[in-house]
Amino acid sequence: MAKQKEVLRDVTIRFADDSGSGMQISGDQFTKTTALLGNDISTMPDFPAEIRAPAGTLAGISSFQIHFSSTDIHTPGDEVDVLVAMNPAALKVSLPLVRKNGILIINTSQFQAKNLKLADYASNPLEDKSLDGYQVFKFDLEQQTADALRDFTELTKREIERTKNMYALGLIFWLFNRPLEHTIGWITSYFDRPGRDKYIEPNVTALKAGYIFGDVSELFATSYEVKPAPLAPGKYRNLHGNTGICLGLIAASQKSGLPLFYAGYPITPASTILHELASYKRFGVKTFQAEDEIAAICAALGGAYGGALAVTASSGPGIALKQEGISLAASVELPLIICNIQRGGPSTGLPTKTEQSDLYQAIVGRHGETPLPVISTSRPSDCFDVAYEAARIATKYMTPVILLSDGYVGSGSEPWLIPNAAELVPIDVHYHTDPEGFEPFSRNADTLARPWAVPGTPGLEHRIGGLEKEDGSGNVSYDSDNHEKMTQYRAEKIERIALEIPPTEIFGDEEGGDLLIVGWGSTYGAIRTAVERQRELGKSVSRIHLRWLNPLPSDLGDVMKRFKKVLVPELNSGQLRTFLRAKYLVDAIGYNKIQGLPFRAQELEEQILELI
Amino acid sequence: MTERKTMATVAAYAQTQDTPLPEYTAKDFESDQIVRWCPGCGDYSILAQMKRTLPDLGVRRENTVFISGIGCSSRFPYYMNTYGIHSIHGRAPAIASGLRATRPDLDVWIVTGDGDSLSIGGNHLIHICRRNIDATILLFNNQIYGLTKGQYSPTSPVGQKSYSTPQGSIDAPFNPLRIALGANASFVARTIDRDTRHLQQILKRSHDHRGTAFVEIYQDCIVYNKDAFLSMTDKDTKEDHILYLEHGEPMVFGKARDKGIRLDGLQPKVISLKDEGVSMDDLLVHDEHDRYGTLSDILATFQEREGFPRPVGVVRNIERPVYEDDLQKQVDKEVARGGEADLQALLEEGDMWEVK
Ligand code: SF4
Repeated sequence: MAKQKEVLRDVTIRFADDSGSGMQISGDQFTKTTALLGNDISTMPDFPAEIRAPAGTLAGISSFQIHFSSTDIHTPGDEVDVLVAMNPAALKVSLPLVRKNGILIINTSQFQAKNLKLADYASNPLEDKSLDGYQVFKFDLEQQTADALRDFTELTKREIERTKNMYALGLIFWLFNRPLEHTIGWITSYFDRPGRDKYIEPNVTALKAGYIFGDVSELFATSYEVKPAPLAPGKYRNLHGNTGICLGLIAASQKSGLPLFYAGYPITPASTILHELASYKRFGVKTFQAEDEIAAICAALGGAYGGALAVTASSGPGIALKQEGISLAASVELPLIICNIQRGGPSTGLPTKTEQSDLYQAIVGRHGETPLPVISTSRPSDCFDVAYEAARIATKYMTPVILLSDGYVGSGSEPWLIPNAAELVPIDVHYHTDPEGFEPFSRNADTLARPWAVPGTPGLEHRIGGLEKEDGSGNVSYDSDNHEKMTQYRAEKIERIALEIPPTEIFGDEEGGDLLIVGWGSTYGAIRTAVERQRELGKSVSRIHLRWLNPLPSDLGDVMKRFKKVLVPELNSGQLRTFLRAKYLVDAIGYNKIQGLPFRAQELEEQILELI
Repeated sequence: MTERKTMATVAAYAQTQDTPLPEYTAKDFESDQIVRWCPGCGDYSILAQMKRTLPDLGVRRENTVFISGIGCSSRFPYYMNTYGIHSIHGRAPAIASGLRATRPDLDVWIVTGDGDSLSIGGNHLIHICRRNIDATILLFNNQIYGLTKGQYSPTSPVGQKSYSTPQGSIDAPFNPLRIALGANASFVARTIDRDTRHLQQILKRSHDHRGTAFVEIYQDCIVYNKDAFLSMTDKDTKEDHILYLEHGEPMVFGKARDKGIRLDGLQPKVISLKDEGVSMDDLLVHDEHDRYGTLSDILATFQEREGFPRPVGVVRNIERPVYEDDLQKQVDKEVARGGEADLQALLEEGDMWEVK
């Protein structure tokens, strides 16, 4: 029987299973193949804080969501079209995300009394009528995988069971008409090691078996196709946010000629920056896994003192520990980049969930009056530019720069238009070498930056420190007027960075209109989608998205005044809104969510409609 | 390309590297800042011996960096005409580690106190020793908090009265040598502020060691803990209270050099050479290079034993891989393996596709 093929504009698939079961791999492989086919994509992994929480429990579910499309998209999808649920808990956790009449692909092997109870099901959802509003495809996926692998007699039952994620992936590849080659290539190289190569054939067999099952089983009458998206011409790769930060830093190191030094302490969701940079030693990158967060910022400061492009990264709790060191860096005016990959707080909070709740910490953290530049990422594909810009500003203005990102951007991915390295803006850094009239705290007339005089330079021997410094000479000074002057210099230097910020781009009614949405950070995709949809429906809603949060763009006050209402959606209780209200006396309205989850475009649309 | 700017700095001092090392005097290392320790403070002597020692080390002034934390001793860098950072409380070893990791061409000294390094900065102290970063740590131990005006410190003895312990301290003190040895420091020594020649010798030897050199310097805080080490500095008593360690030499002490240390099983004993049947041959012989530190561990306990002299000198001196050497080796190996750094190729790494 020839099966039907239906063409869809965009699809959101969610893979869900116990953590540690390989679902992240299935999702990642589907993403890679889909990217190579030229779809626009946006992905979001979602895992528990525990490495392997007890199997079958609601808390232990690990998911991977991918939204792919033949058009330009900006979020991993509000609603799930296809859910692959490998056990009752996976179904229970993910079902609320699935749209009405969505497709449920359910592995029945785990739906026995024990697992139903673990998942808090009073009755079996496959038998009661609770799934009536969905297209349900259920079959014993584990048994079918075992059947397909029955010739691999040397494998244990457990080893065979572990290939079920490939069987599921094969089926989804068939359902969306994707080729298997890329994943077969990946399996082959992933297991290409003595002792592990015996897993190559079984995994490939499971993948193919899943695909064939879709093709021949009468269960599925239709498969789907999503045509390539009209992306701007150029070379692309699928980029995770944290990878983008690493590449941006290496590019800045190469363009400036400064060696890159990274000091960090393991913390979710920032650790991947440490892992990745550690693998780029061939670019002269040195990484240092410090004994704690404080040592990490201090070692980075030591690197900056010696003339390196120095970086540290962490998440909220670690950044809190680093604040004293950051203040020292601000006081001695050395360039440093401090990345905060935010997560739900306070304290350990929700380590694997996303939140924008460290904006206060970034802007007014530390002690004393210590304003610092704060730049933010908004999506995986701008992390490269943001990190590069942070490095440029840090070295030009001789200041620590806080780079705010979050777990959603850091571990999410999307296509990235690869820049031409030769065309990146230059980062021109010069160490000071001339002893004639040298003063460590003299200032550049434009930027107010002090000279970067690194140890080893003859004739420039000098001391710096946390005690207040005399303007110019840098000698210890307890003079009250001098302290006020130095405090003002340090603040003014940061304010001048506003000159580097291009005019604010208004998407929508440039001359003004009913509603302006002011966004920052990872809410970018949801805000953009919501605004675009509502503008298509004729609503006068516009948006701007801030990259620099301190200083704010010089024209921001003027831009906001052009609109009747200003809405500030944030994944916190209204932190940017507080600053906007304080600085511009604008009656900004908040839309806030503190659930460890990103916004859905839909909820923002509802909010827009309420205000217009 | 990565090398360009670093090469520029290197070039700046490479010029001078070609010229002969200037003939420095102590004066060349003196900064123009007024020294602000209390008159009579032991810190003055340490500063003076440092300035006297530096000209003999064969290191260019511009390649010398002093890094300190917070406390009286930590003002030290301001008084040296070298590079220096007066940083934050307890963190000097971490800053030094970052500096050495990126700039192994520099000569790094860490100046710290008992509160700075053994209380708030304890973690960094043990980890720099563990990694064996090539830096010299000078721990000025005065057994009190001076700059914050007289609270007891982690090295104050039990019973010490201070502003924060009006009834006497009930905290068991740290033994700094044991901490350094426990963290596997490759060079561990002790000296005393007033013993100027010994202090100079130890500064030189600790500098010449490759790897982390840990030096405990007994330092008299004349304001808050005067004469804490009097028995070891007073010329009438010091010979009976100090054991000068010399590698390969038997452990003898006392004004008349008539006492020594013998090992009785695992326990050291103070014995009199005057006793019948006792000779030099019975005495323990010092070995700095004892790989597993059995001997240095025993020496570190002397201060806890009744009637024992306080060992000064080099307690331990072994060779171990230096962190920043190995880091540089890894980088060099990867650079050699990866060829010329090609940024564009890096950006295009992985699965790429082209939209026409
Ligand atoms: S308080 Fe004590 S340690 Fe500090 S400067 Fe005065 S005498 Fe020296």
